Amino acid sequence: MADSSRLSRSTRTVNAILTGFFTLLSIAWVLPIVIVLINSFKDSSAIALTPFELPTAETFVRFQNYITGVNNGNYSFFLSAFYSLVITVFSVALILLCTSMAAWYIDRVDSLFCKVVYYLCIFSMVVPFQMVMFTLSKTADALKLNTPWTIPIIYLGFGAGLAVFLFTGFVKSIPREVEQAANIDGCNALQTFFLVDMPIMKSTYISVAILQIMWVWNDYLLPYLVLDRTRYMTIPIHIQFLQGSFGRVDYGATMAMIMMCLLPIVLIYVICQKHIIKGVLSGAVKG
Amino acid sequence: MSTKKRWTRETNLTPSQRRSMRVFAPLFLLPTVAAFSIGFVWPFLQGIYLSFFRFKTLKFTTFVGFDNYAKAFADETFLRSFLFTVAFTVVSVVIINLVAFFIAFALTKGIRGSTVFRTVFFMPNLIGGIVLGYIWKMILDGVIVRYLGSTLALNATYGFWGLVILLCWQQIGYMMIIYIAGLQNVPTEYLEAAKIDGAGSLQILRHITLPCIMPSVTICTFLTLTNSFKLFDQNLALTGGAPFRQTEMLALNIYQSFYNSVSNMGVGQAKAVIFFITVVVIALAQLYFTRSREVQE
Repeated sequence: MADSSRLSRSTRTVNAILTGFFTLLSIAWVLPIVIVLINSFKDSSAIALTPFELPTAETFVRFQNYITGVNNGNYSFFLSAFYSLVITVFSVALILLCTSMAAWYIDRVDSLFCKVVYYLCIFSMVVPFQMVMFTLSKTADALKLNTPWTIPIIYLGFGAGLAVFLFTGFVKSIPREVEQAANIDGCNALQTFFLVDMPIMKSTYISVAILQIMWVWNDYLLPYLVLDRTRYMTIPIHIQFLQGSFGRVDYGATMAMIMMCLLPIVLIYVICQKHIIKGVLSGAVKG
Repeated sequence: MSTKKRWTRETNLTPSQRRSMRVFAPLFLLPTVAAFSIGFVWPFLQGIYLSFFRFKTLKFTTFVGFDNYAKAFADETFLRSFLFTVAFTVVSVVIINLVAFFIAFALTKGIRGSTVFRTVFFMPNLIGGIVLGYIWKMILDGVIVRYLGSTLALNATYGFWGLVILLCWQQIGYMMIIYIAGLQNVPTEYLEAAKIDGAGSLQILRHITLPCIMPSVTICTFLTLTNSFKLFDQNLALTGGAPFRQTEMLALNIYQSFYNSVSNMGVGQAKAVIFFITVVVIALAQLYFTRSREVQE
């Protein structure tokens, strides 16, 4: 008895030490973002010379970095953000709708064609983007898929692999009896899918949506190569342009834009972190 | 086994269902299959085809056989980027998985604040590679300039470790989540039985916990391996290959031979095919290796 209470007390001390350790580690973990936030209010030379200090009276520039950053390089940051949003929303919506329908059909119909499509999808997941980078951007150009409104078709094509794989994994577990009952009640295949299967697959839709949103929103190389760059930019392309392409790099403006890019991500994460972690986990465990 | 599966499947579709499926087949399949052909199948096949040609634009191509491959293997920058990528992958896979596992292990012991810690560690995974690269470039340059009297762009060793730090920050949380899920699935009966038999905590870790979470180990090594090997955005933003292409990884090297060189693009395409084959071989070998160690339930 005495022994077990001593054990639990020592466990409690260990746990307290661990809590302390992880608190410090967590602070270190968010520190990079805090430094970006602080630097986004300092002038460029101060960022280069004293990146870890709080702004002083001379180096504090209020929201000047945000104001210059938004209009830097003759291209509004808000326009880039708008196109990022357009591409992400349309691509993910298209992927969810089309691949779930295809996955359902592939699983329910046992034909050679369906098998071939399924295994090609799995195969496509390991192929690195560099393999198709050049030919894909040429194909997209030839088919006029180089605008934010048409690039979702490319995303559907290149993102189909993982989505089809995840959806078929779930579709397998839906009992056929439900679909048969719907069929007897007069539903055709289309009605069965939309009225019976789709509601059951809700959690899979959320998981796949989260994985695809994270991919499309942050993607740099595909839109950079496919889009007509003089007219359309996305947030990653914009940040790369601010830092990479012009002779004089405005550090302050870049920090401000990075902050504007992080803010919505962090906010959305804080609000729906449970779904996000679950979605990422289901994607990883299946993949 | 497979004939039985086939039999159940076919009886599961009633004739009227099958008829209806056939009618709507184009609607279900066509969008995905068409886009998949445009976005993957055609570019992939064309990519393999073009790797045997010399070209600068698609209008003028000359068949050269395996000449592009010979040139790729003779390219010093390509070989160097290959070695750099391998070294980087080995280091980051080991560090990320070890740290992620121990954080996960500690956080499943029921210490106070576990959920908050988990949330914090996972967060960087949501940030895109380009943005990550510039955040760390600013921070690392700040440290290096002040304390080491150099910059990321001047020293390849700093570039290497900078990339490792960056990738650790991004991926440890992700892998931690997978390990936590694995650890929570370890049957408590096993742990209790081992404890009653007098096993120490290290013995339990070695003989019960680790074998039980081998599926998580498989997934995590697979993901970190392929992610590190295919790294591009972070590499481009953090070092861009500087100094003198010494920190260029394979993906960036291929990109440069396509878009930042005036010579034959076929060499770039040949490099891409070599890259693709390497990734597939590594992925298959790794899956085979760790799968064979998983415990059969």
